[in-house]
Amino acid sequence: MSVPLEAYLALSALLFVLGTTGVLVRRNALVVFMSIELMLNAVNLTFVAFARQRLAIEGQLAVFFVVVVAAVEVVVGLAILIAIFRTRDTVDIDDVDLLRG
Amino acid sequence: MVLEVIVALPLAGWLINGLAGGRLPRGVVGAIGCGTVGAACAASVMAAGDPAVAGGGLTATLFTWLSAGEFTVSAGLFMDRLSALMALVVTGVGFLIHVYSIGYMADDPAYARYFAYLNLFVASMLLLVLGGNLLVLFVGWELVGLCSYLLIGFWFDRERAASSGRKAFIVNRIGDAGFLLGILLLATTAGNLQFDRLAAASGGMAPGLLTAATLLLFAGATGKSAQLPLYVWLPDAMEGPTPVSALIHAATMVTAGVYMIARLHPLFLHAGYTLSVVAAVGAVTAFFAATVALVEWDLKRVLAYSTISQLGYMFLAMGVVMMPAGMFHLTTHAFFKALLFLAAGSVMHAMRGVVDMRRLGGLAGPMRWTAAGFAVGGLALAGVPPFAGFFSKDLILEGAFEWAQRGGAMLVWIAGLATAFVTAVYVTRAMMLTFAGPAADPGHPHEAPAVMGLPMAVLAALSFGGGLLGARVAGEPLLRYLEPFFVDSAIGVLKDRPMPAAGVITALPVAVSLAGILAGFALYRDRREVTLGALGRFLSHQWYIETLYDAVIVTPAKRLAHLLADVVETRGIDGAVNGVGALVGRAGLAVRGLQTGFVRNYAAAILAGTILMLGYWLFR
Repeated sequence: MSVPLEAYLALSALLFVLGTTGVLVRRNALVVFMSIELMLNAVNLTFVAFARQRLAIEGQLAVFFVVVVAAVEVVVGLAILIAIFRTRDTVDIDDVDLLRG
Repeated sequence: MVLEVIVALPLAGWLINGLAGGRLPRGVVGAIGCGTVGAACAASVMAAGDPAVAGGGLTATLFTWLSAGEFTVSAGLFMDRLSALMALVVTGVGFLIHVYSIGYMADDPAYARYFAYLNLFVASMLLLVLGGNLLVLFVGWELVGLCSYLLIGFWFDRERAASSGRKAFIVNRIGDAGFLLGILLLATTAGNLQFDRLAAASGGMAPGLLTAATLLLFAGATGKSAQLPLYVWLPDAMEGPTPVSALIHAATMVTAGVYMIARLHPLFLHAGYTLSVVAAVGAVTAFFAATVALVEWDLKRVLAYSTISQLGYMFLAMGVVMMPAGMFHLTTHAFFKALLFLAAGSVMHAMRGVVDMRRLGGLAGPMRWTAAGFAVGGLALAGVPPFAGFFSKDLILEGAFEWAQRGGAMLVWIAGLATAFVTAVYVTRAMMLTFAGPAADPGHPHEAPAVMGLPMAVLAALSFGGGLLGARVAGEPLLRYLEPFFVDSAIGVLKDRPMPAAGVITALPVAVSLAGILAGFALYRDRREVTLGALGRFLSHQWYIETLYDAVIVTPAKRLAHLLADVVETRGIDGAVNGVGALVGRAGLAVRGLQTGFVRNYAAAILAGTILMLGYWLFR
């Protein structure tokens, strides 16, 4: 008895929508980051699900890359976040709008 | 070797006076300026004595300048009989005028700059007359033009001097454009610019091409030698120091066009009707300028128009194939016109710069020697025997008469004869107004110092005795000397021409000149202002030629310039550039609202774009 592919995809879509909503509505930069991770992992889930369904290794492989890149991205992003916090005493992304036209 | 030295000496003087002259005492600057030209004169005498000069010519090749396939031009110097005569005139008269300048420019703050320019001019002029081919000649041609510009505008803080210098430069550009085109045409058709090769090739060239080329070269000559229609710069060039007018704008530079035609005479002889054009232009210019000199009040401008007129005689001589006579007149004119200018400079020196003859007068008493010098120069100019101008002018008129008898236009001879009359009148007028009568200005005129007087004395002696160079009684040594140059050339036009018999044709110009002098005495005896009515107005406006140029060329050119500057430039070009900038700026203003600075908005935009693209792919 195995879980059907549709269930994985539905969960993935749900997670992706959750992440997207988080990115769009939350103001705390840390939460935005976490939401981005959620979106990445939603995609990872679809990769793995399709890889198992089609018995192909490439999907698993892509997930490794995504994980690595996500880790790197978090390192850089958190460093930027700390720098912003040190100079402006806030992690609210709506306060960081110097590039407004 | 000696040819390089001749050119290098004044060049060295230019370098020394130009670079270090400001720190040298005036005596040293003057000594360098005069010494280098004097030494160049001595070297020219030495070189002219070389038997090679009388033979095929003395050459000195420095290096190959251009080499393009078959076509090569070498930078080289060349001296034959014609160049020897020119080099002697340039350095000889040049030396005397340099010496005179020591006195004339004694109080000028830019003493060293003056001598540097003057030395550069002599070097350039020597390059012109000693150039081994047409291109080297052209380099000298342009360099003397540069020196002329620098020396006309020598007192550049005066607006008129500066603009006169510019005028000379620009008008000469017009002629020089033609000259350069002529050279290029010869280079492409003959494949060579060496004088002897050009002469040899001229017989085989297409007559149309040769005529075009020689007419273009003559266009350059009308600019440099101030003939119609490009004479307009020379009267204004009198803004420069007077010795400059004597050296550049009377004795040497302005004769470059005559020299050029003599140098290239095989081409002109082969070129069909070019020489007729030369004769016509010379005759018309001679008469026109003489009549204008009749009503001019500025003493120096009288002499300037006189120079234009006498240059017209020289071109007339070239045109009627009386070329040795043209060169002879060039030589005597260098003597007596330099003398007249130096005497005028002496007057200006004594009268603190006054040249308006209405404010001069009665100078014969206090300035006895200057007046005597001016009288000698004036008699030579009027062509009274036995002064130098008589012999050369008479020879030219004889040539013109004989040319008319062989089918040329009799008008050329008549114009020459009329010019001789007018010349005698205006020089008498200048003499009377300046030196006779009561003193018009209560100044204290004084005779020039010896350093100015001596060169005038030498030139006066030459103006008196220089005619012997071509006088029949003396065996015409100068004409005999030049004859092989003109006769040995590719065509023997001059060889089988009988000299016209002395008689009525010789006596007529003399009678006309004497009549002119008498008329001048009668008219200006009381220093009256002779008004010639409408004719006088016509003459004092220079036949309205400059008015015509102003109306046809200068004013439209200025209007066009204003149109370009005020409309095309400000509205067209600036408008286009500013318009592009303003467009970008406005567009930026319109879309800057999109750049909110909120990361979430960007993320939303990315999302919206993604959804749109997905939707497109799904439902297309």
